[in-house]
Amino acid sequence: MTAANTPTTLAGQRSRSPRERLLDRLFIRLTLVLAVCTGVLLAFIVLVIAWRSLPAFQQFGLSFITHSAWNPVPGREDFGVLPMLYGTLVSSFIALLIAVPLGLGTAIFLSEDFLPPQPRMVISFLVELLAAIPSVVYGLWGIFVLIPLLQPVGQWLHTHLGWIPLFSTEPVGPGMLPASLVLAIMVLPILTAIAKDSLEALPPELRQASVGLGATRWWTIFRVLIPAAISGIIGGAMLGLGRALGETMAVTMLIGNANQLNISLLAPANTIASLLANQFPEARGIQVSALMYAALLLMLMTLLVNILAEVIINRLKAKYE
Amino acid sequence: MTTTTTVHPQVQPLLKRLQFRTLFGWVMTGLVSLCALLTLMPLFAVLGFVLVRGISRFSLDLFTKLPPPPGLSGGGFGNALIGTLIVVLLGTLISVPFGVLTAVYLSEFSNADARQKEIARWVRFGINVLAGVPSIIAGVFAYGLLVTTGIFGYSAMAAGVALAVLMLPTVIRTADEALKIVPQDVRWASVGLGASNYYTIFRVVLPAALPGILTGVILAMARAVGDTAALIFTALFSTFWPRSLLEPIATLSVLVYNFATVPYKPQQELAWAASFFLVMLILIASVASRLVIRRQVKR
Repeated sequence: MTAANTPTTLAGQRSRSPRERLLDRLFIRLTLVLAVCTGVLLAFIVLVIAWRSLPAFQQFGLSFITHSAWNPVPGREDFGVLPMLYGTLVSSFIALLIAVPLGLGTAIFLSEDFLPPQPRMVISFLVELLAAIPSVVYGLWGIFVLIPLLQPVGQWLHTHLGWIPLFSTEPVGPGMLPASLVLAIMVLPILTAIAKDSLEALPPELRQASVGLGATRWWTIFRVLIPAAISGIIGGAMLGLGRALGETMAVTMLIGNANQLNISLLAPANTIASLLANQFPEARGIQVSALMYAALLLMLMTLLVNILAEVIINRLKAKYE
Repeated sequence: MTTTTTVHPQVQPLLKRLQFRTLFGWVMTGLVSLCALLTLMPLFAVLGFVLVRGISRFSLDLFTKLPPPPGLSGGGFGNALIGTLIVVLLGTLISVPFGVLTAVYLSEFSNADARQKEIARWVRFGINVLAGVPSIIAGVFAYGLLVTTGIFGYSAMAAGVALAVLMLPTVIRTADEALKIVPQDVRWASVGLGASNYYTIFRVVLPAALPGILTGVILAMARAVGDTAALIFTALFSTFWPRSLLEPIATLSVLVYNFATVPYKPQQELAWAASFFLVMLILIASVASRLVIRRQVKR
């Protein structure tokens, strides 16, 4: 703390009361304490959730992850989170499968000079707005617009491609397919923004050198720019994955909330986040603890993905600074 | 194409490849334009539906009446509107002092020595990861810490804490950026006149950075207004006017969630109207903060 006061000691040669100096040092201390508090808030959240999930952990152990019963009836409680874990991973995976190509394409479109800067800025802003729409509004839109729209598509997939296990069940409306589609829409903005930022952050010499050697625009993009920005693009996809894993409201409203493991994309399913949203308001006893256990798993998954994303993106920054 | 005869035979294949390249370029350009279009399509689809189905229900009653009991029509979302204001205000009151002072530390006092820099690096890392924490986890945190332990129970207070966790990263990041923009000369001038650190911060640096900080607070509030997952089992819902901060409270976002899944038409209409109102609030906040930032950059 001594060096922090260099300006103070300089000014201190003029008259400054000890009280004032004490107040000053206390103020700096206070900001430090608050900063450390917010820094460790993350760890505190994990601790609180882990502490509350302890009873369920003692009762079910690690088999909670591989078990697929969910029975909150008092006296016969039995909990396993496998179907929800599967639903979380599969819905996020499908969402990324759709969103990564779209987001990368949009990022290229916005970082090249196909349009003058002004309209490009407007489009970037509109893509950002996509992230500002609340999850619950996407859910409402999904229930009344997307699901009716997808019903004939699902029916067609089932009648013509029903022999593929992915489409083996009759479409009932809510299910994995509409939930994954809305998830894709919701992770698009973050993916696009980060891919675009990392493409724009590349030094112009890379492009100039490539074009100077006679490469076309698209050769430059595919062989020079994308490889150079790849860590930013992957980092953006990871951040998108983190959001998709924990996205709750829209998924809860569209996925059907069936605690079953079904390979078909047309069947209702569940995710950990929607399980929490559905059951916490009425949970009692050991069920609360089981839900906390599920929340802990979700938290650890998103933490892992987000930390990886952070590290990857920082590495790109370090390379070109 | 009459000039083809003059082309040297060795150049011929090169010309052909050039044509393929051009075609490939066109196709790819078309593809990425299509990507941009497909990305924007959901925005207009959602905004359009919310506008069309939400605006028809707008009247003064909407803001002054309670939601109707199942089966009846009319009514409004007055209690949820006030509830949202209360909960978001609580979240702001908790997150802004923490957030702004953390940002003050990060940008003003953390450059002192190697140890401080290390602390600041870790705090920044923690905040960045915190920004990726799903809102339902913030809800679970408040539920585990405040609701089941009986400290607050299902209440506006617990919901405010959950929202504060979600708002904190945005507040800190934008305040940090806003403080960095303040020119160093201003600080030197203040300290040179004999002002102490806290006087410099509160009377000189923070006022200069105020527009940027406010922008961040507005952005964080916009996010909190639309958030639902953190509220469904901390604030729950109520069909009455809010009376105390320690009771379950209605909010607009939870109202949309609850009423979207009931089979009654008036309730569904209310859900669309509330969605429209939420989206409008958030769009206005986003555009306004964008304008403030642009004006600052220009200056």
